[in-house]
Amino acid sequence: MYTSSDLRKGIKVSIDGDPYIVTDFEFSKPGKGQALYKCRLKNMITGNAFDRTFRSGDKFEKPDLMERTMQFLYGQGDEFHFMDTRSFEQIVITKAQLGDAINFLIDNMEVDVLLFNDRPIGVTLPNFVNLTVVRADPWVKGDTSGSDTKPVTVETGYVVQVPPFIEEGEKLQIDTRTGQYVTRVKE
Amino acid sequence: MGTLRGLHLRASVIRAVRAFFEEAGYLEVDTPLRLPSLAPEPHIEPQESGSWFLQTSPELCMKRLLARGYPKIFQLCHCFRKGERGKRHLAEFAMLEWYRAGSDCHDLMAETEQLIRFVARELGMGEAVVYQGQRIELAAPWERLTVAAAFARYAPVSANEALQRGKFDEVLVEQIEPHLGQGRPTFLYDYPAALGSLARLKPGDPTVAERFELYFAGIELANGFSELTDPVEQRRRFVADQAAIRAQGRDPGPMPEKFLDEVSAMPEAAGIALGLDRLVMLFADAATIDQVVAFPPEQL
Repeated sequence: MYTSSDLRKGIKVSIDGDPYIVTDFEFSKPGKGQALYKCRLKNMITGNAFDRTFRSGDKFEKPDLMERTMQFLYGQGDEFHFMDTRSFEQIVITKAQLGDAINFLIDNMEVDVLLFNDRPIGVTLPNFVNLTVVRADPWVKGDTSGSDTKPVTVETGYVVQVPPFIEEGEKLQIDTRTGQYVTRVKE
Repeated sequence: MGTLRGLHLRASVIRAVRAFFEEAGYLEVDTPLRLPSLAPEPHIEPQESGSWFLQTSPELCMKRLLARGYPKIFQLCHCFRKGERGKRHLAEFAMLEWYRAGSDCHDLMAETEQLIRFVARELGMGEAVVYQGQRIELAAPWERLTVAAAFARYAPVSANEALQRGKFDEVLVEQIEPHLGQGRPTFLYDYPAALGSLARLKPGDPTVAERFELYFAGIELANGFSELTDPVEQRRRFVADQAAIRAQGRDPGPMPEKFLDEVSAMPEAAGIALGLDRLVMLFADAATIDQVVAFPPEQL
């Protein structure tokens, strides 16, 4: 159980049965008045955010959240199968629950899966992944269009902007937090 | 951690404050920080120190000095309030508090204007400060706004309605404070009697208390009163405040009996507590209190 004086940026609380993360926090206290804890809360399942001001003495349940390291096995339609690397237990996460993470998932990749009441609600990928280019238009020398990047498709189907010299079959490092090309990986 | 500029300005502000009060004929006092009993305040939680407490403000000791015949006194000291931490709050913070016999809250508002204008001049800042991109003119007179007028101007409810619905603090913080002290400082005054704290009721209008707060750029800087000197009314308020503290499940601690014994000897007076760290924030153009203190608690 938390009370309002535990509130701060990054703390996770349960409100009406859903897990929320405090993304912004401000303590205020008018002269001689009571302490007010102004929070911006983001629902960790839906992503919806709202502002709420709490008073001293307000209480919050801790959400039942757990993070487990899991290995991505395979995707089948909208279902993505993962295996706990310690217990070997397998679980399914839907495409919708994965969100943008599906752009960077490759077989055998280890990710951190966040579970709420034993239900997966999100995955945290490594910050950088290496993905192979499966389709790239050739670089036309003397291209005067003025653009200094071109789109290529990587093995997951994700399309990323890269420098024009990148060719099919090359491996790229991509930052999963921004989705952007970082560098070419030589093997 | 405090910035070099923040700590230099802090030293300069303290020097200027002392020079102002010395010139105005005040006696600097230095009362004990550790006390056996405090004024009960429903929304301030004291820090225990053995079986005693660290002061939440030097108010009671300074009033006892007034009662003993020291008519003009000021103090620079640290105060301790459990659980207060934010961009503008520290659980240990610096207070400038002063009392003046034979004056009321309006005299004190004028003197506060003089003090801050004096400090600005000593710092070489002239007639205006720029705080977080906003220019604040220091030329007197500053804005004076009653609590009732502020609610009428900025809030969808009256001060009394907000009070009855238990929403006074929320409305003040969220809808009114952001408008106060913009362009020039604002004195908010004539608080509802129920929020009078240790202020006397206004002669001729007992629905309001002679209490004021000073705002700069939406930030509360000081709280002042025409002091309550009636020992019967003073005890009645302390008893009510102790009951409010008990209702929150806290121990109000012992009644400050020595103060109550001596308050009847106190002359008519006005007093004000000003957050020194915040005054330095203003002159240092610091967004957070951390920038103007040597060490915030997280770095100790």
